[in-house]
Amino acid sequence: MHHHLSYQHTNNMKIGLFVPCYVDALYPEVGVATYRVLKHLGLDVTYPANQTCCGQPMANAGFERQAIPLASKFEDNFKQFDYVVAPSVSCTAFVRLNYPRLLNHECETAKKSMDIVEFLHDVVKVDCRLGTFPHKVSLHNSCHGVRELGLSSPSEMNVTKFNKIKDLLQLVQGIEVVEPDRSDECCGFGGMFSVEETAVSAQMGRDKVERHIATGAEYVTGPDCSCLMHMAGVARKQGLRIEFKHVVEILAAGL
Amino acid sequence: MSTQHSKAAKEFLKNQTYAKWHDATFWSVRTKRDNMAKGLAEWEQLREKASAIKRHTITHLDEYLEQFSSQAEKNGTIVHWAKDAEEFNEIVYGILKQHDVKKMVKSKSMLTEECEMNPYLEARGIEVVETDLGERIIQLKGQKPSHIVMPAIHLSHDDVGELFEEKGISTEKGNHDPTYLTYRARLSLRNEFLTADAGMTGANFGIASTGDIVVCTNEGNADMSTSCPKLHIAAIGLEKIIPNYDCLAVFQRMLCRAGTGQPTTTYTSHFRKARPTAKEMHIILVDNGRSEWIGHPEHWEILKCIRCGSCMNTCPVYRRSGGYSYSYFIPGPVGINLGMLRDHRKHSGNVSACTLCLSCQTVCPVKIDLGDQIYKWRQQLDDFGTANPEKKLMCKGMSVLYGSPGLYNLATGIAHWANLIPSPIMNCGLNPWAEGHDMFKFPKRPFHEMIKDIEK
Repeated sequence: MHHHLSYQHTNNMKIGLFVPCYVDALYPEVGVATYRVLKHLGLDVTYPANQTCCGQPMANAGFERQAIPLASKFEDNFKQFDYVVAPSVSCTAFVRLNYPRLLNHECETAKKSMDIVEFLHDVVKVDCRLGTFPHKVSLHNSCHGVRELGLSSPSEMNVTKFNKIKDLLQLVQGIEVVEPDRSDECCGFGGMFSVEETAVSAQMGRDKVERHIATGAEYVTGPDCSCLMHMAGVARKQGLRIEFKHVVEILAAGL
Repeated sequence: MSTQHSKAAKEFLKNQTYAKWHDATFWSVRTKRDNMAKGLAEWEQLREKASAIKRHTITHLDEYLEQFSSQAEKNGTIVHWAKDAEEFNEIVYGILKQHDVKKMVKSKSMLTEECEMNPYLEARGIEVVETDLGERIIQLKGQKPSHIVMPAIHLSHDDVGELFEEKGISTEKGNHDPTYLTYRARLSLRNEFLTADAGMTGANFGIASTGDIVVCTNEGNADMSTSCPKLHIAAIGLEKIIPNYDCLAVFQRMLCRAGTGQPTTTYTSHFRKARPTAKEMHIILVDNGRSEWIGHPEHWEILKCIRCGSCMNTCPVYRRSGGYSYSYFIPGPVGINLGMLRDHRKHSGNVSACTLCLSCQTVCPVKIDLGDQIYKWRQQLDDFGTANPEKKLMCKGMSVLYGSPGLYNLATGIAHWANLIPSPIMNCGLNPWAEGHDMFKFPKRPFHEMIKDIEK
């Protein structure tokens, strides 16, 4: 890390880093990249020990009640921070939209949880050069990012077009960002959906990966490791060749 | 771990050429719909308005139903109330018997599908002829609709050509040209219109302030069904009543744009009373569970549905599994929800057919929270006794693992040992993830270990 930046309005801002369970276990490099980007921007970031899972996998599978103890533990772990930042749109959306109902109170973490993309874009308002990534990448707009967190304008709606992920990626040196046809159609992961509806899930994954490949990109990048994990698994099984990287890995590349 | 829907979908996907065609066909309808929605600057306001009108009407339905029925009676129509499917079928049969009807032509009505009216009448010696081309095709084929707006979308023109040859509707063997087939269907249907004793229509809307029944078609078959026979019966679900013409104007702008991507249907027909040369017009208002669903705190908004079908067209799972993969006669996101309201034990097997991508509720012209409602149904499966036991066990396991940071840290610390399991074992049939995916590799150290060094 050769230099540190400082954004005045972020002074004294305390950030709790949440690295969701499967990112922790399977994609530690995404956690590292998140931490490094935040540090690079001169932010006060802490990784509280003993964090595990937000409870989303069980809830989406229909066992929301089993998520309640995890939600209350999460609230205890993170409520003292000004922001809880995670490299995952679906976990962030789950905390923000479901915790108040699950825990029966206006949760601090529901108000403070932000996905890394929206945090950098809306709170830090990053406008400096970030990493260097001289490649053509195809942008994967994860459903919960689009339709729950509003990272981009949903293709279904008649609203002015925007894309916060794309905005951030433009700060990376050497990058060319493209979007696939059907730019925000689901990749077919859906948590337990992928093991319960194996055939449809795999078909959706294959269709999606093929559309990413058709852009001519070398990499697929998105704000959620679960979509990337699903597509990477499908791609390898089918012998389809393209690489997958979380957005934050690209933002941090070479920092 | 498979469900009724997932098993059927797996079969559907075996014919890849057909599956790809199915997906592309519905995506093209979605694209046409997008172009229409983006052609109206006020589209999102219209959705808001449409939702508000429906919410208002459904929560004041008693008043509007009374206004509608008294207005309709004032116009000279005969109004009936059917509490369920059985009563509906009895009323229809009673009217037909009274008028000595041998044959009834019928324009499209999903309500009569819901009540299984055709087989009921046919068993009692009455011939029922569907006159919407798609409905007619599947009737001749002995099938059920696979989509609520495009009921025969699953068939190709060759399928239709062969069917028409077999039924004697087309005479030129091997001529499967769609224009020719449509022409032959028209000739055949003309004869049915002229010889029928009664005509039945469904209803897209009932107007409380005027007592009108409003029917939207592209083929004019509702008009033909009511212009020739001496008797008109209109079947309408309670939730289809809207207050007045101003409200109709909102829905009329949205229904067809959302459903098929056209600015409007070719025909928007209002029926208020029997025409001068006809005998009677009857309206049957059907409850069949609706008044009970209004009281459902989490699911009542499903009654806002105007049956445009746009949630099916956008649903990535519907497009890749087809209408017949769902156990309820209405497929896709709205069908999953309606099926659960109808009979949750019988239709729990459809609840898996959703990735929670929420495209359905972002498309829906009346803003029904379709995906959120599917999420809510999932939460209840365990109480219904229809939850998948393996899935339940997995979730239990996860909650134990995640509930204890010590156990979690231990498990994630040694997870990379799983990489040593030989690939044939890891990728075997017992691991459902391996059906569609290559198994992932665990890293040597999880993030919570790595961070200790980084923070130093």
